[in-house]
Amino acid sequence: MTTMTTTTNTTTTVLDASGVTMRFGGLTAVRNVDLTVNAGEIVGLIGPNGAGKTTFFNCLTGLYVPTEGKVSYKGTVLPPKPHLVTKAGIARTFQNIRLFANMTVLENVLVGRHTRTKEGLWSALLRLPGFTKAEQASHERAMELLEFIGLQDKADHLARNLPYGDQRKLEIARALASDPGLLLLDEPTAGMNPQETRVTEELIFAIRDQGIAVLVIEHDMRFIFNLSDRVACLVQGEKLVEGTAEVVQSDERVIAAYLGTPFEGAPGAEEVAEVEAAEAEAVASTGTSPKDTTTTEEEDTR
Amino acid sequence: MTTQKALIPLPAPIARIATATGAAVALAGTFLPWTWTSEFPGDLTVTGYPGGLQILTLTAAILTLLFTLCGYGIRGLRWLTPGGTNSPVRLLALATLGTTGYTIGAIAYELGGVVNLEPGAWVSGIGALIAFLAALGLPSDEPLPADGPPANAWQRFRNSLAAPSVGRAKPLPGWGEILIITAAFAVALYVFTYCIDIPTEESEQFIGFLITAGFTFTALTRAGIIARITALTTKHRNVTLIAALVAAFCFPFTQDTAEFTLIGANILIFATVALGLNVVVGLAGLLDLGYVAFLGVGAYTAALVSGAPLSAIGVQFPFWAAVLTGAAVSLIFGVLIGAPTLRLRGDYLAIVTLGFGEIFRVTVNNLNGNSGPDLTNGSQGIPSIPDLNLFGIDFGLSHDIGPFTLSRPANYYLLLLVVTAVVVLVFRRSGDSRIGRAWVAIREDETAATAMGINAFRLKLLAFALGATLAGLAGTVQSHVSYTVTPEQYQFAGPVPPNSAFLLAAVILGGMGTLSGPFIGAALLYLIPAKLQFMQDYQLLLFGIALILLMRFRPEGLIADRRKQLEFHENDEPVLVPEPRQPEEADAGITKAGA
Repeated sequence: MTTMTTTTNTTTTVLDASGVTMRFGGLTAVRNVDLTVNAGEIVGLIGPNGAGKTTFFNCLTGLYVPTEGKVSYKGTVLPPKPHLVTKAGIARTFQNIRLFANMTVLENVLVGRHTRTKEGLWSALLRLPGFTKAEQASHERAMELLEFIGLQDKADHLARNLPYGDQRKLEIARALASDPGLLLLDEPTAGMNPQETRVTEELIFAIRDQGIAVLVIEHDMRFIFNLSDRVACLVQGEKLVEGTAEVVQSDERVIAAYLGTPFEGAPGAEEVAEVEAAEAEAVASTGTSPKDTTTTEEEDTR
Repeated sequence: MTTQKALIPLPAPIARIATATGAAVALAGTFLPWTWTSEFPGDLTVTGYPGGLQILTLTAAILTLLFTLCGYGIRGLRWLTPGGTNSPVRLLALATLGTTGYTIGAIAYELGGVVNLEPGAWVSGIGALIAFLAALGLPSDEPLPADGPPANAWQRFRNSLAAPSVGRAKPLPGWGEILIITAAFAVALYVFTYCIDIPTEESEQFIGFLITAGFTFTALTRAGIIARITALTTKHRNVTLIAALVAAFCFPFTQDTAEFTLIGANILIFATVALGLNVVVGLAGLLDLGYVAFLGVGAYTAALVSGAPLSAIGVQFPFWAAVLTGAAVSLIFGVLIGAPTLRLRGDYLAIVTLGFGEIFRVTVNNLNGNSGPDLTNGSQGIPSIPDLNLFGIDFGLSHDIGPFTLSRPANYYLLLLVVTAVVVLVFRRSGDSRIGRAWVAIREDETAATAMGINAFRLKLLAFALGATLAGLAGTVQSHVSYTVTPEQYQFAGPVPPNSAFLLAAVILGGMGTLSGPFIGAALLYLIPAKLQFMQDYQLLLFGIALILLMRFRPEGLIADRRKQLEFHENDEPVLVPEPRQPEEADAGITKAGA
């Protein structure tokens, strides 16, 4: 597994979350998490299901107000309102796609332009001179973005009618339309096949090359280690480790969090021998396929 | 042409000839007397001159004949049937049969027996029956679904009324397309005028009209003409708007008496307010069940500053100032009511707005000097609001313009048309802008919309306030049209539109989020109760049943927003590109088919 990323040595911090804690009643979903993202960086956020990754994302984007801690973007503390966070320059996508299903592809991207345009109701009603110009500019920018993700031919389709992979891409384009400095992607390759994942990977690199920092939540390890300059691992609401792909991959606590710890006092070799013996016996005595037994055994040892 | 097994086994050529013959016989029958006495409304006793319900049968029979001839592929007639060829014939034959059958039934029922029928009725009736039965023998336009169990008779009948969707039309020269739009609106104006001019006591004719119009409209839809015209109107939106405005402008000039012009003016008020509600409900997706209160605020404000003798304020503003005051007061009320309620979503918002709507009515009832300060004169309302006098024209008098006489309602009708045009402009321009897109985005997914940088609360408040202002604007004119404002005019549900329930129904019936929908919805919802006065007692019951049926069979409303059309009928469409990986996304390929 090779990292094909080029580390840009800029020191400007885009996102600085310090001591973010989120409690829902007695449940602490995110506990004291620090995370920084620098300009031109792709940072991965991994962790088992329920580790609090999406909750952390929601804290960053103002959907939740963190119980403790603060989040600042380029030095200014972010207000806890989603639309102000977007205005400040952080755009996001959602884990379960949340496109505006009954709007066209183009309209979806145009909605993303909302914070970067100012034309109000009067301007629209009276068609003031700036209105047409601003609409035109928005259209051009939106078409540019659609070309960037390769959906320019489907601009007039309804978002709901796009294939799954295209919907994911459109969500990214919609987020990019707000000209963000930081893009938060919540599982951008969920449900994708290997080819689509590779295309997404290239898309994210292209976004990074435009100078936009990216923070990605992902379950696909190959994808995330390939993509990210740094990876942080969140387990049960706490950040276990942060570092380059190699560091995180070889960290025992991470492996333990994903795969569990071996039995106490049960060395692996003995167990394997035991399993093999049992399998051989099963084949010999009943003649049934050993496959079922193997899988159940394997699952047990997990 | 697919050769599907028809419902009645007849060779297609014979079926076609029989349909044409039947239609011709039905047509001929309308020139004979149908009954002996002119007691039955419409005078169906004259030979050689069809009247009343006979005209409806005549129209349906002519159309049946025309579309049957289209089936022969005659050059020059093909433009009539870009969609289905035989299903429109079946529907039109059904229209003929329905109208004729209804007339025969009505004559027999009202005059006390079948003996009151003259031969003409039998000729037309039998002709229509032959035409319909023979039309069932024509092959289907759409093949039956190949898989599944063999279809029963009802399924086959329904299938025989289906038609393929229309492809792209050959582009005509620009003036030709504009001419077609103009002609379409001329026909629409004629049909509307015919419908509104049916004498109020002749409800038989109105029912006959509904039967004929309903089936004919469906037939034209199946034939694909409606789709063609819709395509043209979407292409030339400004031309369409102007044509619609001109057609609406011509309406009072077709009327001799004030009675029906007043109905026209009331429909216009109703439709304008419904269109204002469409901003709130259709675009921003905020279910407002108390919308009529804003109409009331506008009307009361205008009444108070109109110089009416019983107005508590006793000032007389010029009309333009009264309009601005009414709109501004409505705007303030909109913001005051919207600010606390719009933090709620969905059902909760609906209940709270319903409550506020009633609060308005109760408050106005109590501001009578006894239970509260004297402002609105309580349940008596503010009577004798003076007529307007604009540009030296007294709106209370009749004016002669050339050969036409414009009565008092006609003056107000034309003034309302200006208000309507303003509301249409506001609806269109706000909908087609950054603000309108943000509204639709909030309607679709509020969380995602805020994550895209939309200040959802502010925009919802804007939609709410804008809707309130538009209703207030209409209210200022309404108070003058109706002489009197009383609290009972502005309740949640009542026998006379506009009230909140009817406004919402007009929006939903016509089509949410569309411009033309509320107009059609309002016209139907106003005309049907006005013309069918014998069922006044059951009006709300029938209204409820009609809404349930609508929700079952056409949830997107009569005029479908393109988006809604796809949303509700995606399962009916053939799936071109199945997506095995994502079962819930299986509609991926229908964009082209449905667009």
